[in-house]
Amino acid sequence: MTAAETLRDEILQMKRRRQLYSAGILVFLIAIVAGGYDQANDMNSGNFLNGLTQFFDYPGEIVAEAWDAGADFPALLVRFLPALIETLNIAAVASILGGLGAMVFAFLGASNLSVWPPLVPVARRMMDVMRAFPELIIALFLIYVLGTSPVPAMIAVAFHTTGALGKQFSEVNENIDSRAVEGLGACGASWLQRMRFGVLPQVLPNYLSYFMLRFEINVRASAILGFVGAGGIGTELRRTIGWGQGSGDETAALFVLLIFSIFLIDQLSSWMRQRISRTEAVT
Amino acid sequence: MTGVAMNGADMMGQAERRTIVRSVRRTARIGFGLLALMFVYLTYTWFAFDVPTLIDSAKPERAALLATDSVAYKVHVTRMLRRGTTAIAVEGERTATYSTPPDWIATDGDVLTVDLDDGYVARVFPTSVILDVPNYGSIRIAVQDGRVITDLPPGNRPDWLRVNDVKFDARPDLKRRVQVSRAKIEVHRYFLGWENFFFPFNSPLKAYSFGELLSLTFSAARLDPEVANWHLIYRTFWENPDWQHGNVFVALLETLLMAVLGTFTAALVALPLAFLAARNFTPSRTLRFFVRRLFDFVRGIDMLIWSLIFIRAFGLGPLTGALAIAFTDTGTLGKLFSEALENTDRKQVEGVSATGASKLQIYRYGVIPQILPIFISQGFYYLESNTRSATVIGALGAGGIGLMLVETIRTSRDWENTLYIILLTILLVIAMDAVSMRVRRRLTGGTTPP
Repeated sequence: MTAAETLRDEILQMKRRRQLYSAGILVFLIAIVAGGYDQANDMNSGNFLNGLTQFFDYPGEIVAEAWDAGADFPALLVRFLPALIETLNIAAVASILGGLGAMVFAFLGASNLSVWPPLVPVARRMMDVMRAFPELIIALFLIYVLGTSPVPAMIAVAFHTTGALGKQFSEVNENIDSRAVEGLGACGASWLQRMRFGVLPQVLPNYLSYFMLRFEINVRASAILGFVGAGGIGTELRRTIGWGQGSGDETAALFVLLIFSIFLIDQLSSWMRQRISRTEAVT
Repeated sequence: MTGVAMNGADMMGQAERRTIVRSVRRTARIGFGLLALMFVYLTYTWFAFDVPTLIDSAKPERAALLATDSVAYKVHVTRMLRRGTTAIAVEGERTATYSTPPDWIATDGDVLTVDLDDGYVARVFPTSVILDVPNYGSIRIAVQDGRVITDLPPGNRPDWLRVNDVKFDARPDLKRRVQVSRAKIEVHRYFLGWENFFFPFNSPLKAYSFGELLSLTFSAARLDPEVANWHLIYRTFWENPDWQHGNVFVALLETLLMAVLGTFTAALVALPLAFLAARNFTPSRTLRFFVRRLFDFVRGIDMLIWSLIFIRAFGLGPLTGALAIAFTDTGTLGKLFSEALENTDRKQVEGVSATGASKLQIYRYGVIPQILPIFISQGFYYLESNTRSATVIGALGAGGIGLMLVETIRTSRDWENTLYIILLTILLVIAMDAVSMRVRRRLTGGTTPP
């Protein structure tokens, strides 16, 4: 057998093995999904096929009741506006406080900025824990201690944001061009000056784009935490849904407000991020 | 600031220097302006959230109670005054009643002397209690003619006492408590630890040490003639009525199932749709527009609303949560995948097609290898975040560990159970985080996707 033939055989064999692996993984995935759905269907109180037929009942009911409300519907939207503002406030404050915390952690956790080297792994682990800690648990605990109020949700979301944004910020910090910092150092700039003139101008645009994305995520999280008693639009939703039939128009109004504001924030944040990356590319 | 500018001054013209200083000052002004704006906004929310009232109405003692109660258990000594019965039970539960009093309780006829540690002693008589408090004296509480009568020693009345005609409540610290009402006398003593964590109070297995249990597991001599020893041990542990290990485990599994199924489904549905939304694979502008709006739509509705709709249609259970996650994330992942597809390298695709490959082969060998790492790493990133989401969706009413957590907090009976559930939930999420991070690091160097 010539060398070329051996090589060809080897490649073919490798290809076959790869195909076998891929097929195996695919079969495994499908088995998990299929088995999982079967299991989930068994555990569920409602049956999948039954549910499928009822799937449009609820949205249909809400839309019908909203339609019946007719001219009163815009008034409902206005009535629930304060709840929406509360949810947005929760998200905004949580993003700001979490963002500030994230900046501190990001500087401590970036290995190239040498704030204090022994602290780098500590800061990173702390960010991991804050990121992984379920918001629900903090919110429920604080609601129990502080009572029903937007503050528990705000603290819970801010805590998670510190970890999540901190990780992204510290990755931004580690990817900066070190020449600016070194140049400033060569001119005799202090640590604070190096950060202020060498690091911040490089990282702030990226910070801002991650921040906008996080704000959108936080609006969703704040709305959902309202449902367990943290105030805002979620609490209103739980109330109207709890009343059952007859309050479909109010539920619909809340849905419209929530969907509309999320859509708006989504558009705003992606527009801002695009602008930021475009100015980045130019400079 | 000036130091940097001074050093550079020799090389630059005076005018240039002035321009630079001005621009630095301008950005500094903008920065300070933004900071001031943020401060104003935070002040506004301080009052919008009504933080001053919140600070007044907060119940920090609840946090202290929760902290002690979640790592301690109490033994109740209860005397029912009308029937004249006395019971000593862990957490006052009928199933955990001592048949012989523990050694810190001495009985002498009708009188029980309860040693409450640190010098506190409660003597329980048929219709009265004498509580000895160190550095204060003896408090005598008696129930007469349907009234609670309290004799306090002279001197300042301590603030941990609540006394009136129908109720006496003394809680000198978190370790002991004495309550008297017209119907009963109740003395609590707290102990550190999680009681009956492995086996229920009255199980015969409680008497054995860990080593003995281990040897019992493998011994042929049966404790219970009906079942094998390992099975008995497993069943007693799993069906422990106080801790409900079995139920907690099933709830955790439900939450995990929601996250895994939801993410996998979303990823599998989003992949083919992403091709339809990518500029370089779908020439039709209308189709692209339609698919992209579909992504925006399912994403915009938000997990909260999807969950509420699915809870209505499918009831309680993991299927509901899985579908809610799948719907939302089809939009998110679809958008991310289509962006990744638009960023694929044309050269590989052209290279494969130059060999005369069919369309399917071009996808298989030119495109898939490029996006597969992104596909898998994004999927795993969302798997981790969805585990957290699944706990919240559960709390909305979809079931799983989230609902269990809400229920145990709402009943606020046994905080040690709540802490147990919280710890397991955190462990689950952190484990998923570690798995997802490891997979992503191997594939792409571990950067966090947005």
